This record gives sequence, structure tokens and C-alpha cells, in this order.
Amino acid sequence: MNPLAGCLLVSALLFSVGLAGALTRRSAILVLAGIELMLNAANLNFIGFWRFGPHPEALTGLMFVIFAIAVAAAEAAVGLALILAIYRHADTSDVSDIQEMKG
Amino acid sequence: MKRFGAATKSRLKLARMRTTLPFLILAILTLAGGVAAMTLRRLVHCALALALSFAGLAALYLNLGAEFAGLAQLLVYVGAIAILIVFAILLTRGDEDQARHPFSPAGWAGVALALAVFGVLGWAVETSAVAHSGATGPAPTATMRSIGFALMQRYVLPLEVIALMLTAAMIGAALLAMREKPESARSRAQ
Amino acid sequence: MIAPGLSVDQVFVWVKHWLVVRTPAPWQGLVSILLTIVPIIVVFPALFAVTTVLERKGLGRIQNRYGPNRVGPWGIFQPLADAVKSLTKEDIVPRSADHVVHYLAPLVLVGASFLAYAVLPIGRNMTAVNLDAGVLFFFAIGAGTELAVFMAGWSSRNKYSLLGAMRAIAQMVSYEIPLILSSVAVVMIAGTLSTTAIVERQARYTGTVAHWYVFTPWGLAGFILFMIAATAETNRSPFDLPEGESEIIAGYFIEYSGFKFALFFLAEYLEMFAVSGLGITLFLGGWSSPMSWLEWIPSWMWFFGKLLALIVGFIWIRGTVPRLRMDQLMNFAWKFMLPMALVVMVSAGVWRFLPAVVEGSFALGLVIRWLVCALVVLLPYVALARVLEQGRKIEKREYRFAE
Repeated sequence: MNPLAGCLLVSALLFSVGLAGALTRRSAILVLAGIELMLNAANLNFIGFWRFGPHPEALTGLMFVIFAIAVAAAEAAVGLALILAIYRHADTSDVSDIQEMKG
Repeated sequence: MKRFGAATKSRLKLARMRTTLPFLILAILTLAGGVAAMTLRRLVHCALALALSFAGLAALYLNLGAEFAGLAQLLVYVGAIAILIVFAILLTRGDEDQARHPFSPAGWAGVALALAVFGVLGWAVETSAVAHSGATGPAPTATMRSIGFALMQRYVLPLEVIALMLTAAMIGAALLAMREKPESARSRAQ
Repeated sequence: MIAPGLSVDQVFVWVKHWLVVRTPAPWQGLVSILLTIVPIIVVFPALFAVTTVLERKGLGRIQNRYGPNRVGPWGIFQPLADAVKSLTKEDIVPRSADHVVHYLAPLVLVGASFLAYAVLPIGRNMTAVNLDAGVLFFFAIGAGTELAVFMAGWSSRNKYSLLGAMRAIAQMVSYEIPLILSSVAVVMIAGTLSTTAIVERQARYTGTVAHWYVFTPWGLAGFILFMIAATAETNRSPFDLPEGESEIIAGYFIEYSGFKFALFFLAEYLEMFAVSGLGITLFLGGWSSPMSWLEWIPSWMWFFGKLLALIVGFIWIRGTVPRLRMDQLMNFAWKFMLPMALVVMVSAGVWRFLPAVVEGSFALGLVIRWLVCALVVLLPYVALARVLEQGRKIEKREYRFAE
């Protein structure tokens, strides 16, 4: 098991943990947390390939990760604002309660 | 490797263990934080475990030599996103409803799906040629200067687009989370 | 490892090199690391002890009273009494508090506060870790501080402590932006994020005067903004609403007693020293002396002298200025300091591109550069202040004295 495979396996494991959480938890905020974990797993994947993989250019993986972190921050902000707005409207942030479009 | 004697081989193994032992510890810490974040009952504990997982990932990036990414991860994820999640939990009173089961009834399907995804990804890693090539290139050097030059020369378009996107996201988030004025709420209720 | 020459300036580096060279080979790395870390862990808490006495005596004198003067001559052994008291007090944890998080919060806070010293250049060749992105590391560690404050406030399961923690986090997050933006101006001019390199750029002399960034108009404005933001970041007065005793009964560390309270206190002062150290590194030239004929004073002595001057400034401001209200605080950060930090960045850019020598005369060039950049800072400042104060009618104050 060379270092690249180790890194990729850790990233895959983290991704599946995030996926499991996003699919099973009831609270909308934890679904968002699962999504953030998945994004982070993908970032780790990029850094693993940047460090160990063969690449003609020196900085692509790192740049990808920097931009991905910025995008994730924006997405978390908007997502949490959405959850707040829904909470104010429906008085709950439970995804199994907000199942209908009518409201 | 066949040309080396036994003493050199054991020293190389020790050197490799010294480089992989921190990685292993940090990986276990990150995964434990992730699992805790997705399984704990109280939302604030989940948020703190998530922050621990982010910090573990930042340390992993630093271990792999991506200095700027690791520090940006600490600054953005631990310093902003984790705190944002905590504020959202407090503002939506996520901690108070303890009676209901934290996992949804169809939870087992989700776990099975996640296991299937991990199976596919693990199989892809194990059978790929890249992951078993055994030749790891030299560590790429990413000085601040080179990152700065790259951001200003080659990646200047993504940089400007990200700036626009962050502005739009900030305005959008503030707009979404703003309280409605009382007269417009009353007129909607009529 | 190059053997450093023995001089008063490099005495600590020489001692460390002497000790490391004499340890057996497998242990050299560990011994080198320990010899770097242990002095930091010893010196800065000692400075904390000295500062507590200085603060209490200083505040006392500002408020027209003696400070503590029972323990030792002029009360200088007061920290010993405080240490004994905090170590022997009973450690009370509320029954409904979240024990794990309650225990971990002061540890995370103190850990994050100590980590910040890793990138401060305390003397020539005396940076603990010479990171390529030192300034970014410092601000990333500040992020850990905010999380620890939340942990402390939430785990106490007390409405006042949660409110204090929320206020403290909102304040720290708001003032982080002017802090980072005013240091971005320095990074722009220095061209590097490494703290060692920033100090080396300022340690050059033209004539007898050093190239400190505080001697430039944008540097001066940036330094003032940085110190105001630093006061707010570390919850020092006049920004200490989250922990004021008369407001919210001590805020997020109400439910902490004994040694954990002492740890919070220690963490606050350590953060104050660290952010002052960063201000010294970025604006005041780090370990360099202002005049070239003062270079015989060792570099670490200059660093600690400047640090003491800034600490005295903090104490002075604490004793003088009344506390700001939460909304005044937030308005100040977002409506005044953020635009001013951006103006400072523009002024730094103008300074960079104005020529240094005008018609062969360096003095004339300096005067023109200074005037133009000062105008670039002052005109928006006056305009912004006028615009922000528009709605308030401030009348002449009338005093009524008791007869």
C-alpha cells in the first residue's frame, strides 16, 4: 500500500461517512455537515494526487483545493441561511417534517 | 531494494514508519471525528466533532506539504464554517427536541448505500494502476510566491469569478436570513 | 547546522546550538525542538505574571488609588498569592454542565494561544518555526480561539454564559477582518507572508532611520487599526463587554472556578502578548532598532521592550476609555474599520508606486510621498466620520454637581 493508495482510501472512507450521515440524519443542519464532509474528502483526494501522483504541472491540485474551500464556504453560508429561513417559516428544521411543498 | 543490506532495509522501514505514523494517527482522528459528527445525539456535540474532523484534515494537508491549503482549511472551515454551523444550531433550537429518534426511519438504506459507494471507491483504488505504481515523484514545492503568481497569471479568471460568487453568496445569505418587515408579513397573511 | 558567533544578540541561539551539538545523534531533533519550545512556555507565562501586577498597580494609580501592596514590597509578589489562590480553590462544575466540553474548553484556548508564538521572531534568527506563510498561520490559530470560547460558554449550561459567548464570538469574528486587512497592506509591501522575512525587510536603514512600516502614513494608520482590532480580538477593554463584571457577570467563564479560571485569564493575556508581538513584527520592525546607532542593544531586548510598551498602552487604554456597547462595537467594526482598512491598502499601493527620488532629491521625494499617502488616508477618514455621525445631534454637555 503506497502512500497515494492510503490517502485515497482515507478520502473514500470519509466520503462514505459523510454520505451516510447526509442520508440518514434528521436534522437539516447535519445533512449540510455531511455534505461538507464529502467536499472535504474530495479535497483530500486532490491533495493526495497533488503530492504523490504524476503531474506535469506543479500547482493544479493545490489551486483546485483552494477554490473548493472558497466555494464550500459560500455554499455553507447560503445553506445555513436557507435552513434559518425554513425554520422561521415551519418552526422546525427536521427534514422529515418539511416534506410537502404546500405551506 | 535488493542491493541493500538488512540494516539499511530496517532503517528505511523505520524512516517510512516515521513518515506514515503521523499520517495514520491524523487519519484515524479525522475519521473518528467524522463518524462522531454523524452519529452523536446532541447537535452541538456533532458540530464540535465536525470541527475536530476539519482540524484533523488541516493537519493532514500540512503533513502532505500543502501548507497554504492546510492553513486556509483551518481559517475557513474551523474558524468560519464550524462557527456558522454552531450559530445555526443555536438559532434553530436544534438541541431541544430530544424525544424523537435522531435517525430517519429509512436510515438503513442510507448506510447500505454509503457502504456500497465505499466498496466501489475502494475497489477502484485497489485495482487502479496509479495507486500501485510504487513510484512517488518528488514532493512538489508550493511556495507562497508561486501560488501568488499562479493566482495572478494562470488562475486569475477563477479568482475573479470566486470573488463575484462570494459577494453574491454573502448578499444572498444575508437576504435569506433577514427578518421580514412586520407589514409585509401581515399583508401576506391576509 | 552553522555555528553562530557568540554575541549578546545571539547568546540564546549559541547556547541552543552548543547544547544540541553535544547530544547524541538520534536525540538531536527532539532536543532541538524542546529547547525551542520550553523557553516560550516559560518566558511568556512569567511575563503574564509580571503583567498582572503591572496592570493592577497601573489601573490603581490611574484610578487614584494604590494597587495591591500587601504581598512583598510594592505588591510585586502578588502573582504568587494569586497562583496559590487559584490552585487551591475548589473546582466547582455545575451538575447539568456538559463535563467533557467544560473540561476541554480552557485547554483548547490555552493551546491555541501558545501555538501563536511559533511564528513570532523574538530576535535575530530566533523564530521558533520559520513558516513560509507565518502570518496566515497566526490568523488560522485565532480561529481555534473562537471555537474554544463557544465551548466554554455553551457547556456551562447557563443563559448568561451562552449570551456572553455569542457576543464574544460575534465580536471576534467582526474584528478579525480589519485585523487581517491591515496586515494584508504590510504583506503587500513586503512581498512575503513569512514573519522572519517581513522583519528583515524592515531592518534596513537609510541614513540612521530604519525602514519600519509604522514610519509611513499607511503604516501608521494600519498600526492604529491593527491595535484597535487586536484590543477587540482579545476582549480587552474597551471591548470587554463579553466579560465585563458589571454587565454580564463575567460572561462565558462564569461557571469556571479555581485553576480553569486562571487558565482563561492566562489565555487572554497570552493572546494579548501574541497579537502585540504580531503587531510589532508587522509594523514596528520586530527585533530591529529604530536608529542605526542603537543597534548595539540586543535584538531580543528590543522585541521585549516594544512588547512592554504595547502592554503599557493596553493597560492605559483600559483605565481610561469606558466600555463600548455591543451595537456600538459592531457598528465600529463594520462601518468604520473595514472601509478604513481598505483605504489603508489603497494608500499602501500608492506609496509603492510613487517614486522615491524626485528630481534627484531624496528628501523632497519622501515629503511628497508622505503627503500624498497621508492625504489618501486622511480624506476618506474625515469623510467617513462625517457621514457616520450625521444623524447624531451632539449638544454641549452640562454638568450638574452635587451641592
